[in-house]
Amino acid sequence: MIADVLIIGGGVVGAACAAALAGAGARVTLAEAEGLGGGATGAAMGHLVALDGSPAELALCRLGLEGWRSLAPGLGPGLEWSGCGTLWLAADPEELALAEPRCRTFRAAGLEAEWLDAHAIRELEPCLAPHLAGGIRVPGDAVIYPPAAARLLAGRAQGLGARILTGTRVATLAAGGVILEDGGFVPAGQVLLAAGGASRALLPGLPLVGRKGHLAISTRRPGFLRHQLLELGYLKAAHGSEADSVAFNLQPRPNGQLLLGSSRQFGDDDPALRGPVLRRMLLRALAFVPGLAEVPLVRAWTGFRPTTPDHLPLIGPVPGRPGLFLACGHEGLGITTAPATAGLVAAAVLGLPAPVDPAPYLPARFPELAHA
Amino acid sequence: MPRILLDGQPVDLPAGALLAAALGCPPVACHGLAGAPRGPLCGMGQCFECRVTLDGREVLACLTPARDGMVVRRG
Repeated sequence: MIADVLIIGGGVVGAACAAALAGAGARVTLAEAEGLGGGATGAAMGHLVALDGSPAELALCRLGLEGWRSLAPGLGPGLEWSGCGTLWLAADPEELALAEPRCRTFRAAGLEAEWLDAHAIRELEPCLAPHLAGGIRVPGDAVIYPPAAARLLAGRAQGLGARILTGTRVATLAAGGVILEDGGFVPAGQVLLAAGGASRALLPGLPLVGRKGHLAISTRRPGFLRHQLLELGYLKAAHGSEADSVAFNLQPRPNGQLLLGSSRQFGDDDPALRGPVLRRMLLRALAFVPGLAEVPLVRAWTGFRPTTPDHLPLIGPVPGRPGLFLACGHEGLGITTAPATAGLVAAAVLGLPAPVDPAPYLPARFPELAHA
Repeated sequence: MPRILLDGQPVDLPAGALLAAALGCPPVACHGLAGAPRGPLCGMGQCFECRVTLDGREVLACLTPARDGMVVRRG
């Protein structure tokens, strides 16, 4: 059977799905409203990280990391792959105590993870504050450049026969296809909605909200840092539902720049920088890496993570809407899990065996979609 | 009339000039990873393209008034 799939959205998720579907023999058209790799993809850090907020989250991250490892060599140097690993940091002995079960969780999932004391983390990263208690090193985590990843995956899909349309905004989902902003009708047997937060405009009732984040990047400091740093409290911040939170996150870019995160805000739809939030984020960073005070920041920006109520993405068919599939709502893990999402989408659309149990990610888990 | 040392060469500047005025025409403050020259673009401290090293610290040439005896290096 040759499927005829229209993908809405040219972020990393849409592009990965295009490449996977085209690679499986489907006739694919991807329609991106603006340019490839914009939106949440363009604002993202590009940290490929195993997060263990739930078994379903860890399973998807693990599959995503495997996917990136096999995709990366073929996508070329433009991907800016860096196998820097993650160093999770414990601010105090209490957090360090929580690190041990965490380490076991990673290992049980087949991920390499090493528990480290205060001395060992400072050996690895001399820039760390002396009061830190220790941490976990996860060497299999990595970093890529997300907008390039979206472009390269779309290019791969094109090489496999997919049509990639940029500047092509879908206005409405219709029976048997979609209607474009200019009024044109594009017929499609199956439609995949992979437009991140913008998916809401096409499918009202989607349980998605934008969770705003700030990032800042420094001038080049080659050798300052080797691992991506994350505080162990990050997961609590990521899975909490407080209005405003910050968690320390620092990434060495391959060119020597330092990319600093992170903040989380609900209920702020304005992309403007918020001084007080940025200030909290910077102060938090100084508590972990005091030497950052001497490093000039050259840019700061914001983005919106498309977030579901249970912090898991929406991947699979929409109940009651034959031929309509979702791949959105990945919050902060869209880059990490894009290849895994693509595998699940290809399986759902083409009727193949799923690479991981699809149940936790099915849109049908939300009653508002079950009765759509 | 401040005289600064730019990459080891003395440069005389009018009183009140910013360091950006010493960077030549077209002005060069630093270089990209591939070696491309970079220099003041916005002239108002937003683009960060005019970074120079002053006494071991990175500063923006477009915001830093020149003072006699300053030792400045291009990146």
